[in-house]
Amino acid sequence: MNSHDATCAAILPHLKAGDWLTLLLGGVCVVLLTIELWSGGLADKAIIRSGGKIFREVPLSRDQQIEVPGPLGTSVIAIKQRKARIVSDPSPRQYCVRQGWLQQAGEIALCLPNQVSVELMGSQKKYDSLNY
Amino acid sequence: MTASIIKLDTTAADHHIARMAAVALGLTILENAIPSPLPGVKPGLANIVTLIVLARYGWRAAAWVSLLRVVAGSLLFGSFLAPGFFLSLSGALCSLLVLACAQHLPPRWFGPVSHSIYAAFAHIAGQMAVVYLWLIPHSGIAYLIPIFAIAALVFGTVNGLIAARFMDNKTDCPQITQIHTD
Repeated sequence: MNSHDATCAAILPHLKAGDWLTLLLGGVCVVLLTIELWSGGLADKAIIRSGGKIFREVPLSRDQQIEVPGPLGTSVIAIKQRKARIVSDPSPRQYCVRQGWLQQAGEIALCLPNQVSVELMGSQKKYDSLNY
Repeated sequence: MTASIIKLDTTAADHHIARMAAVALGLTILENAIPSPLPGVKPGLANIVTLIVLARYGWRAAAWVSLLRVVAGSLLFGSFLAPGFFLSLSGALCSLLVLACAQHLPPRWFGPVSHSIYAAFAHIAGQMAVVYLWLIPHSGIAYLIPIFAIAALVFGTVNGLIAARFMDNKTDCPQITQIHTD
């Protein structure tokens, strides 16, 4: 008897029909919870801020490139296939550029030195990673 | 002057509950030595004892063992009345509440594994409720729920299997305590 058979012999007799049902129920519960809580919801517009004020609100449905002026220079924001990213920015450390594509509602990229940010919004306002 | 001795009349059942709680306490200490990737994700080995006591001696004894373990464990770790204690307590109370219902499931189809899974889910539900209502009143903790739910399912199943296997091997009740306490 190999170790797999031994494992089966140790486990299977202790699982009755109802136990399998409970396991299934628990599994479904976990999957539903994960889907519900870990998907940020679909984003349908991007809010671009400059110097703390809303610069533009653009829908994600149309691919475009937007140039946003800031104190250090111009940040370039691209919207493509319902995703948004900061293509280039004059900030020294380039954190917001390296963040890459934003896709889900609540995601946000900040270029603090240039005071430019892009935030994705869904149909309803959900909590994001910044508020507390 | 004679030393005054306070003697409590204890029954064999009391001794038995105390022994079981001591075993559960041992498992709690053992478990605290295991590093956890995320605070709150623990196997809950002591619940194996609760499950066995529930199956053998009923819900009242299981509640005693479980709550004694929580209080004595917090005293041992110095966390009595600290947030961690209330988290354990709320988890244990919710589990016991659910076990009170789950024990009436038809035993032909439902065994300790089912009890264990339901209790594990109740445990994290109780803890998350305390965390949300008292410690971190922010909806951001919802992000952690799937992790805790997976842990509850996995550890609940494993603990249930261990309890079932234990009761399967040793059908004689006193023998169990013997093996534990030796």
